[in-house]
Amino acid sequence: MKSTNKVYIYKRFERFWHWAQAALIIFLAITGFEIHDSINIFGFEKAVEFHRDASIGLMILIIFAIFWHLAFDAWRQYIPTQKNLLAQIRFYTYGMFKGEPHPTEKTALQKLNPLQRLIYLGFKLFMIPIVVVTGLLYMFYKTIDVNNVVVISHFKLESIAVWHTFGAFLLIVFLIVHVYMTTTGHTYTSNIKAMITGYEEIETETSGDESTTTPDSDEADNLTEKN
Amino acid sequence: MKNAILIIIGANLLLLILINVLKPTEVVNLEQEKLKQKYAVKPVASVDHSKLPALQKKFQTPQDVTKACNSCHTETHKEIMASAHWNWERAGYIEGHGIEFLGKKNVVNNYCIGAKTNEQACAKCHIGFGMFNNDNYNYSNQNNVDCMVCHDNSETYMKGASMTGYPDRTVNLEKVAQSVGLPMKSNCGSCHFYSGGGNNVKHGDLEEAQLNTTRDVDVHMAADGINLECVDCHTAENHQIKGKLYSVSSDHFNRAYCEDCHTSTPHLNEMLNTHTVRVSCQACHIPLYAKVNATKMDWKWSEAGKLKDGKAYETEDSMGNHDYMSIKGSFVWKKNIQPDYVWFNGTSDHYLVGDTINSIPVKINSLNGSHEDLNSKIIPVKINTGDQIYDTKYNYLIVPKLYAPEKGDSAFWEDFDWNTAAMAGMKRLGLPFSGEYDFVQTVMYWPVNHMVAPKEQSLSCSECHTRHDGRLAKLTGFYMPGRDRNTLLDTIGKWLIILSVAGVVIHNSIRIFTAWRQKKIEAKVINYHET
Repeated sequence: MKSTNKVYIYKRFERFWHWAQAALIIFLAITGFEIHDSINIFGFEKAVEFHRDASIGLMILIIFAIFWHLAFDAWRQYIPTQKNLLAQIRFYTYGMFKGEPHPTEKTALQKLNPLQRLIYLGFKLFMIPIVVVTGLLYMFYKTIDVNNVVVISHFKLESIAVWHTFGAFLLIVFLIVHVYMTTTGHTYTSNIKAMITGYEEIETETSGDESTTTPDSDEADNLTEKN
Repeated sequence: MKNAILIIIGANLLLLILINVLKPTEVVNLEQEKLKQKYAVKPVASVDHSKLPALQKKFQTPQDVTKACNSCHTETHKEIMASAHWNWERAGYIEGHGIEFLGKKNVVNNYCIGAKTNEQACAKCHIGFGMFNNDNYNYSNQNNVDCMVCHDNSETYMKGASMTGYPDRTVNLEKVAQSVGLPMKSNCGSCHFYSGGGNNVKHGDLEEAQLNTTRDVDVHMAADGINLECVDCHTAENHQIKGKLYSVSSDHFNRAYCEDCHTSTPHLNEMLNTHTVRVSCQACHIPLYAKVNATKMDWKWSEAGKLKDGKAYETEDSMGNHDYMSIKGSFVWKKNIQPDYVWFNGTSDHYLVGDTINSIPVKINSLNGSHEDLNSKIIPVKINTGDQIYDTKYNYLIVPKLYAPEKGDSAFWEDFDWNTAAMAGMKRLGLPFSGEYDFVQTVMYWPVNHMVAPKEQSLSCSECHTRHDGRLAKLTGFYMPGRDRNTLLDTIGKWLIILSVAGVVIHNSIRIFTAWRQKKIEAKVINYHET
């Protein structure tokens, strides 16, 4: 028997972090591609200014997120696993068209399916570091300063810019696929609603009462973490 | 209730932040204010020369004035006689040539070509008297120093045309001598505005309009602005004046910089300050030059010598400037010009008399520098093109004799015969002339340093940081954000985006289709059971 249950998945900070990061990355993409002279919205000068300000915002957010991941052991969510990986791929490419159920169960302890683990780990360890590191080099790029301050001439500006743009393209592709994949939950919008409210409707095979794993409010966050 | 209070506090905070972010900030640049204060106070002379007994007399010759000057300023002539203004040359090191003494005395240009053989006329811009068309000028005669041309403050002194450097006969020497003081714009301008044979011909950024102009034309010299004199920036220690132009100079030495007053970090915006490492101030702050009167951009000597009814003639362009003169050839004049831009490290190379022509157009001077050279900056330049006479057999440029007081003395401006003019000119230079000549394309680079615009008119970022037709489009080899991109990466990126969108759309279509079919099957199954 199938039934749906409301499960508390995303904690308050996690949701704030997610949406702030989404907004910043989209804004950085717009201003960044304006600096690249692909689009024209704010004008080059404003775009540069906004891009720099937003990038500082993103880096502050990333620092908080790293701290949060370490402090609450949330980084374990991204440890890659082979278990169910093929089943997950099979589900997205075949099973979901047949109306088969998700191969992985989503809980507060295990929010990510094996495919998500892999891709989000790539996002965190590859895509974001590429743009952040090259972005910092870009930001502080100087050849030689008359006041003898900073010299970064070991890296050509072109290579820094090319890697930065490469990271940006990866992030955009990630964004497109990621937004689409949110529609593959129980309903088209259940995943997005979960990221807004924290609660997700989840299909369960059994009709057992799961309300015990569903804390009433954010105050119960720490309790679930300790489980 | 608690929530409502929180919302109100939150909304107010947000509003405060927004107001602060969106409010245009008017921050005063204190360094700029200090400069304004400094230069608002104009110097007052400590001596009124009209009260000096030594100057209360009738001067028969301009040399008498110099002697009177020397009676008090007993050693000053030594400073003068060590200057490029007097010697028409200055020691310089040129890569490939070694140490050369370069100056008006011996350089070639693509305007009136060369001063040698034409001294009698060219001496109008020499700070001395009595220079004729020969090599006999006595550079050690202190009485021939012309103090007045630089220090006349009565604005009545002028040198006569083709008078070997002597003042015009109408000049009242007593009045001039009693007026002397610090050089004014009109003193420097009497030569530097009219070089090349007319107002603004050579420089393009130095011309008579700057004697009385507005901030739109030149923020520094504007009468309605800080109204600086040339010597406020081009200061002089012992008459050795700071700053020089690379049409005659070659060394990165004793240059006048904007940074001397404005520092290398003049902006309140850090992003702009980082530019000053590789971009000169002039590049952004002189968006246009020749803003009031036109300047010559092209001079074709090959067309000189045409006569109408056996007589020399002239024609004018729409702006009223000569576009053809029998004695000089045809010209192109332009106004409100966007400068060209080059990398420049403060040293330059020159075509020296007798050098073999090895590339066309012949670079009369070339500014050294490149994006790879950390000491190079991007500077604005005026590029003057044209053609001029050269010896086809010996393959070098010819300095022709242009001026003579009358016909029959080999001067081109009198006789219109290139052969005799070239012969006479090259004889003076001590170089052979084969008798065969033609005209060769030449090019010359003139850094543009004046006519600084008000900051509101300085270049916007996107005038350079743009993919198409930016001002720096010709300067390639380095990466500039907004202009340059890796086309391969951009193509890959574009296709990645297209493919991911397509993939998403296809995936979703299959989902919708299979779901629709599933429903149909389920409906059929149910129907089957019901019947």
